[in-house]
Amino acid sequence: MTSKEPGTHGAVLEDTPPTQDRPLVELRGAGKSYGNIRALHGVDLTVHPGNVTCVLGDNGAGKSTLIKIISGLHQHTEGEFLVDGEPVRFSTPREALDKGIATVYQDLAVVPLMPVWRNFFLGSEMTKGPWPVRRLDIEKMKRTADEELRNMGIVLDDLEQPIGTLSGGQRQCVAIARAVYFGARVLILDEPTAALGVKQSGVVLKYIAAAREKGLGVIFITHNPHHAYMVGDHFSVLRLGTVELSASRSDVSLEELTNHMAGGAELASLKHELAQVRGVDVEELPEEGDLTAPVATSSEGKS
Amino acid sequence: MSMTQQATPAVETPPASGQKQSDGRTRQRPPALRLLARPEVGVFLGAVAVLVFFLFAAPPVRDGSSMANILYQSSTIGIMALPVALLMIGGEFDLSAGVAVITSALTASMLSYQLTLNVWMGVIVALIVSLAIGAFNGWLLVRTGLPSFLVTLGTFLILQGVNLAITKLVTGNVATDDISDMDGFTQAQKLFASTFEVGGVNVKITVVWWLVFAALATWVLLRTKYGNWIFAVGGNKESARAVGVPVTFTKISLFMLVGFGAWFVGMHQLFSFNTVQSGEGVGQELIYIAAAVIGGCLLTGGYGSAIGPVFGAFMFGMVQQGIVYAGWNPDWFKAFLGVMLLGAVLINLWVQRTATRR
Repeated sequence: MTSKEPGTHGAVLEDTPPTQDRPLVELRGAGKSYGNIRALHGVDLTVHPGNVTCVLGDNGAGKSTLIKIISGLHQHTEGEFLVDGEPVRFSTPREALDKGIATVYQDLAVVPLMPVWRNFFLGSEMTKGPWPVRRLDIEKMKRTADEELRNMGIVLDDLEQPIGTLSGGQRQCVAIARAVYFGARVLILDEPTAALGVKQSGVVLKYIAAAREKGLGVIFITHNPHHAYMVGDHFSVLRLGTVELSASRSDVSLEELTNHMAGGAELASLKHELAQVRGVDVEELPEEGDLTAPVATSSEGKS
Repeated sequence: MSMTQQATPAVETPPASGQKQSDGRTRQRPPALRLLARPEVGVFLGAVAVLVFFLFAAPPVRDGSSMANILYQSSTIGIMALPVALLMIGGEFDLSAGVAVITSALTASMLSYQLTLNVWMGVIVALIVSLAIGAFNGWLLVRTGLPSFLVTLGTFLILQGVNLAITKLVTGNVATDDISDMDGFTQAQKLFASTFEVGGVNVKITVVWWLVFAALATWVLLRTKYGNWIFAVGGNKESARAVGVPVTFTKISLFMLVGFGAWFVGMHQLFSFNTVQSGEGVGQELIYIAAAVIGGCLLTGGYGSAIGPVFGAFMFGMVQQGIVYAGWNPDWFKAFLGVMLLGAVLINLWVQRTATRR
């Protein structure tokens, strides 16, 4: 059960030849409790190379807890977490990074007062020279950071400027460029478009698609079903810590996705109650039974 | 079905081109501003101003031996101000640094005297004790998540009490016994408290150590991984941890570095005065912190340099001795310091706002 014991099933898995189809990251019935609060329960999730798995959910649905488990900030308390078919339990983000799992956090995990290039290489600095005089290879780091950022369409004249002086979109792209550069096999993006304007969101989505083309597995966490549907191959909607919907692109339409995201199921169950209240238009709310078919929600329904 | 119509165009909107980002809206900051953004520039100008002032106001300062004395005074503060500054850049500060110096000196002195050991044994044990105190501070901080103010205030009070009580218990006095006739004393004195001559002027060895440590600290801070980590854990601990910086290791080792500094200064005091007063050291921790802050280190962490505190400590030494050479009442010293500290803080604040403005 726990990854700490190298049990028999670990040995069996080693014999399986690596296949293209084997998921990079897999959660089986994973969950997490903080004391007596169960933030996440029974979540199944697979991430394949060259695929974008979207995780959608409202505030408090457990999205953050989910990525914290995968990125190594927290440990799961139930179920299994497998990387390349091997059960794992990360105790630090460093271990996740070493397995090729890189996370771009909502707060971007940058140190505002540090220069752009130092931020780019923070935690994975390039060095040169033997141990007692091992030092940062500043020239190479600056050059590489500049190249990588130019590839992302960001041209900075001065890589020495504190990253806190860049705009939100620029910082986001620096963070993504950093993750892609460090050979991430799995890229976790925590609401990368939440704080961005329309155009900048487009840029970020473009890089998600580009990362997929490179064969990375992407976990894209978002509030926005439109953004998710543009790039996603598989969609998981979380609600109250459990998976409410898990469907591949061919099985779900944008309308359905939007509906689930907008709390369609909850609203449907509330429909009866809402109908008693004057001034609430419930005509267009879906019935609970309708939720597998494309249904539209009215924007007034959610307030 | 109104939602469907709204949703469809959104799906078909092609992602905007990445080239839009490079629209030349970022421009190079002027070189003068970029220079000012360096943490040590303000204090450098301040140190020059203080030096020039006393060169005029106190003619004896112009003499080489006075300058050597001023540098010696600065070095005893400066050696400790370095690790304290690194720790501050790393986002923490250590109120126990002042009494830890005395703890270290007392340990070495009493251990060698009471057990009649070679003083080097005492020196080595004192180093271990000092590093252990630093490690304890760091460990408690990381473990509990309490602010360093509280954790080190605790160790400050503990050490202050332990210094007095154990010294009284062991020696029956408030000071330790003279160890100057013990084995290894001359050797150790050579390392920690000797004097050498340069062009007819007697210079204390601590001045050399001070500059060596400063050069080393600057190199580590700006040119190594560890230095990068110091800035990162002070600037944003959570982010640093998330990108794989060993935050716990960095914080604890920084506290141990302060322990090392305390040991070194403690050994200097022991081997220059042969005996240690157990009640000393209280208040020194604030002098070290002030030197680091005057040196351009941000009290909240993530910003600063190792060169800045060198000038900061020099300003201290200069003012302290300059007042004496000028023949003024030395009581003015602390008032001077206060003005300097406030001035430095205001300059730092202004510089940072101007230089990092978007």
